[in-house]
Order: sequence, then structure tokens, then C-alpha cells
Amino acid sequence: MDNLVEIQDVTFGYNERPILKGINLTARRGQVIAIMGSSGCGKTTLLRLIGGQIKPNSGSVHVAGQNVGELDTAGLYELRRKMGMLFQFGALFTDMSVFDNIAFQMREHTRLPEEIIRDLVLMKLHAVGLRGAADLMPSELSGGMARRVALARSIALEPSLVMYDEPFAGLDPISLGVIGNLIRRLTDTLGLTSIVVTHDVQESLKIVDYVYFVSAGVIEAEGTPEEIRRSGLPFVHQFVHGEPDGPVPFHYPARSYAEDLRLGS
Amino acid sequence: MIAPLRLVARLGRRTLQAVARIGLATRFFFATLLHSGTAFRRFGLIIREIYSAGVLSLIIILVSGLFVGMVLGLQGFETLQTYGSESALGVLVALSLVRELGPVVAALLFASRAGSAITAEIGLMKATEQLAAMEMMAVDPVARVVAPRFWAGVLSMPLLAALFSAMGIFGGYLVGVVLIGVDEGSFWSQMQAQVDFEEDILNGVIKSVVFGVAITAIALFEGYDAPPTAEGVSRATTRTVVTSSLVILALDFVLTAFMFRGVS
Amino acid sequence: MSKAWLDLWVGLFVVAGIGALLFMALKVGNMSSVRMADSYQVSAHFDNIGGLKVRAPVKSAGVVVGRVTGISFDDQTYEAEVLLSLDKRYAFPKDTSASILTSGLLGEQYIGLEAGGDSVKLANGDRVRLTQSAVVLENLIGQFLFSKAQEGAPNETAQ
Repeated sequence: MDNLVEIQDVTFGYNERPILKGINLTARRGQVIAIMGSSGCGKTTLLRLIGGQIKPNSGSVHVAGQNVGELDTAGLYELRRKMGMLFQFGALFTDMSVFDNIAFQMREHTRLPEEIIRDLVLMKLHAVGLRGAADLMPSELSGGMARRVALARSIALEPSLVMYDEPFAGLDPISLGVIGNLIRRLTDTLGLTSIVVTHDVQESLKIVDYVYFVSAGVIEAEGTPEEIRRSGLPFVHQFVHGEPDGPVPFHYPARSYAEDLRLGS
Repeated sequence: MIAPLRLVARLGRRTLQAVARIGLATRFFFATLLHSGTAFRRFGLIIREIYSAGVLSLIIILVSGLFVGMVLGLQGFETLQTYGSESALGVLVALSLVRELGPVVAALLFASRAGSAITAEIGLMKATEQLAAMEMMAVDPVARVVAPRFWAGVLSMPLLAALFSAMGIFGGYLVGVVLIGVDEGSFWSQMQAQVDFEEDILNGVIKSVVFGVAITAIALFEGYDAPPTAEGVSRATTRTVVTSSLVILALDFVLTAFMFRGVS
Repeated sequence: MSKAWLDLWVGLFVVAGIGALLFMALKVGNMSSVRMADSYQVSAHFDNIGGLKVRAPVKSAGVVVGRVTGISFDDQTYEAEVLLSLDKRYAFPKDTSASILTSGLLGEQYIGLEAGGDSVKLANGDRVRLTQSAVVLENLIGQFLFSKAQEGAPNETAQ
């Protein structure tokens, strides 16, 4: 069993409006894969399908050999203990200190004595370089620090799969590099599998093993970072080089300009 | 479609939406009850929420109770004096507070102080994906976040209402006996002779428990159902205060009709 | 806020709340005065009970000795049957009389017991024979007007 996540021919949409149309995607153990695409193309929806928060209309999502769409609540919760997720803006519990945020899952799911929890939490915090911030409240953290705490929290129970929803959004270049590095390093040292959803091409191409490009609900391109950089596909070229116009048009669909301005009438 | 027809169609759609929302709220309420086990096994969770719902509402409840009681004392004295029965001031103050004003005004204050806070908190937790994060951590937010707040509200409300009434009676005593000079003995003895433990005090407590259930259930649902935006949360907060105030008053009428029918 | 402080505050709140409930039960309400664990029931028939209500006090010499526990209409005698629950500490002679009185001019109505001289005491289930109905204000006024009219009538015929 080499593939931890296997998505086969998945279609999903909210009342008739399709968001994903026939997606195939696999993540092998120990890899960092990236799902890229412009905003609103259904990347986050993919993560929610893997986490079992929504079920596909057709097709199947397998995580660690289990079909996520067919699990009952108990089975799903069991499976989720092996998953970690980093939400877009961290989603730290604002009424708890950094320490309690990371201890949260340990206290909920295990019967570990408080001294051991303390040691484990400090180890996780040390891994993201924030051991000194244990007693701060989330409101006292900068955006980059909050993201690192959330990262520490998502690996609190040593999951085998960690998903990152836009881990680079809204970060300064230094924090961005730190987070990117952490994702790579934690994946390698803890033997995780990571799925990064992002639109930050340059940063993610540095750290990932495999890339999927999603556009308008279908996978447009896939490959290793090298292949992507050399790719001649116009969509990928536009995306990687950040060109304003191309296959993804600058203009929202509209009547012709001349017609809208009533020229010549 | 012609305009009046469109109006009817819209009215029908709105009604259906409203009914569906009530159904959703009912399901949410029963889910809360069903998932209350964790909250009672880990009572610390409830205690934390009693602090933010009950203890933090104390000041407003005590001060309002005192003033309401003092006003009752003044107004009651003015009216009773006309009939030469100032000695019944204690009865008037105590009965109005214990039966009606205590449970109702305390509940209205609780709705705007604690109810709105609960909605805003849950709504923000939803908007910042904290609830989704919890779900992804295989922790049921209804059991971990909603149920403890519900029981904390239900437990706090009768205590707050009792404190409100006690404070109000003290206020009435201050104005009536200390300030105006109504006879202290008749103030208390008439009160004791006329206020019945079961009919008045116990019914008042039952009322406040019912109000506590209604307010927290509404506040929690509005928060949980709020659109995850700043505007959505602020509107949900407003709706909590408006809806629970109306529900309190309507329930008060129904309960009063049931409880005090045939008595007095 | 540390856990110890939290517990302390919540504890204080709960104690204060229960204290308020106790204050209302004992000082405001009449839980302390109607604690009648031991009581016995007697009944009394009245022609008219006026505005008497269930739970109205039963007094003798001004002291509360019991409560009215039930009021019903007897369609054999067309009288009102009132059930009284009396404190076991107080025994009354068998020929005690009961009357419906009003505290003050417009106050609440209560039952007054006037002890007789019999050596046999009232027991559970007994009936108080001697009763005096409530004074109904309308009847009084009616009687008064009628007697006035009676007084006035001969004078007018004399003229």
C-alpha cells in the first residue's frame, strides 16, 4: 500500500453547480504534494472531501485504504485521528493559550497524565521554534507565529496525513520561507504525507515532490516541479509566471465592450 | 409573472424558509441534549461557561434588581397610600418580583448580556474555522462547545433570577421601610402571609428555568447557524436578542396562564 | 484566569444564588410558617363563603392555626363545603364555631374559629356544626336600603 490518499474520478457540486468534475489524484506516503490553482477553483473542496467533511456525488476517496464517503460518523472520527489539518488562518482556539491549543487533542483523545502532555506539547512547540510562546494567547501572536502554532497543533497526535489549506496566504516572505521549510522538514522527519493547497507557486515548487494544477474543476496538468517549470501548457505557463492575461482571462465574461458602451448605435 | 403573484410566491418561500429553520433549530436542540454526556462527565467545561454566562452577568442583574425593587417600593407606596394600606407594600413588591419581574426582567437582561455573547462567540468560532478544526480533530463541537454552554445557561438563569428578586425585595425594603418609614414588622409579616412557597416562589423558579433553556438554545443555534462573515455574526447576535426577548415574553404569558389560573 | 479563581467565582455565584432562593423561601415566602407536617382535617358547611379561597388562613384568637385546603359545592344541601387542615398541636372542642371573616374592610377573607365548651375534641374527619357565613356587602346594603324603605313608607302614607 504505497498510496495513502487515492481520489478516483470524483465529481462534486452544490445543487447542480459542479465544482469538481472527474478528479483523479494520488498522494504517496512520505511525499509532499501540492494542489495549485487560482482562487475559487475547488482546491479547498478537495481537502474537505479527503477529510470527510463532505461526500462526493460520484467517484471515491480512499484514505489509508478506507473509503471516506462510506464511513459512518464513528469511523470517520477514528480516521480523522490520523489526520491533521492546518486551516487557512490557523483556526486556533481563541479562548485557550498556545499551550492548551496544542494539548487540546491529547486531552480529548488520550488519557495521558498532565506531565507527559506538558513534555509532548513543549516538544511540538520546539519543533516549530515557539517553545517560548507557550503561555501566550492566540491574539498575541503574529500571523506567521499563529500559523506555526497551528502547524504544531496539526501534528500533535503524530498523524500520518497532514493537509494544509493555503499555508502561505497573507504571510511576509520570511514567515513564508519558515513555514515552507517546516512543512518539508516535518514531513521528512515524522514520516508524514502532506497535501498542500496553495496558489503560491514559487514557494511551493521549492518544497514539493509532485504538483497538481486544478482549474475550473478539472486537473489541467500534473508533474514534478521540474516538469511543471518546463511545461509548455499555456495555463501552467500563465500561472507559474503570474501573467495577468492568458487562458485564464483578465475579463469576467461580458458582452462586447463596444456593445456595452452603446458605440455605433 | 405578474406582480401580485410574485409577491405571493415570495411570501410562500419566506414562510417555508422560516418553518424549515424552526425544524433545523429543533434538530439542533435535540442534538445538544443527546450530546450532553461529555459535558456532565467533564463538569469543568460547564463551570467555565457558568463563569462567563452567570458570574459575568451578576453586576447587571444585581444593580437592575436593586433599582427595579426601589421603583416598585416608591410606586407601590404612592398607590397603596391612597387606600391606606401601606402595610401591604411588602406583599406588592415581593409578589411582583417573585412571580413576574424577577424571572422576566432577569431573563431579558440575561438574553442581552449572555445570550448575545454566546451567539457572537460561537459565530466567530465558526467564522474562523475553529469549529471545523475541532471536527477535523475528531472532536464533536456540539458535545465540546455547544452542550456545556447550554447547561451553564440553564443552571445560571434560575440563580440569577433568584438574586434579582432578592435584590429587588431588598430595594423595596430600603425605599419602603428605611426611607419612607413603612412599619418594618408589617412589611415582612404581610409578605410572608401572602407569598406562597409553591404557588409563587417555586413557579417563579420554574419560569426562569424555562427561560434559561429558551435563551441559551436560541443563542447557541443562532451562533451555530450564522453565516461565517462579520456581517452574518453581527446579524445573528441581534437576532438572538430580539428573538429570545419575544420568546421570553410569549412564554411568560403561556406559563402564567397555566400556573396562576384558579389561584387568587 | 486560573482554574482556582474560576472555581472560586463560580462557587460564590452558586452559593449566592442558592442563598437568594433560601431567603425567598424562608423570609419572603411562608415556608417557615406553614410547615404543618402533622395536621388533621375537619369540614364545615356554609350558606355562603363570599370570597374565601383555597389556602386562606384559619385563625383562632388571631393566631393562624391552619389553612383552607378545599372548597366544593354540595348539591344535596346547596351549601358550600369547606375543608380545613388544622395544626395537630391545637385541639378544639367539638362545639367550636367557624365563621368567615374579613381582615380589614376590603382585605382577604379567612376563617375564624371560636372555641366552645364541650369536653370532646374535634377529630380528623369531623364536621364543624356551628357556622356563620361570610358577610356579603351587597346583601348588607340591600338589607339596609330595604329597612330604610320600610321606615319611610308609613310616613308617606300618613301624609
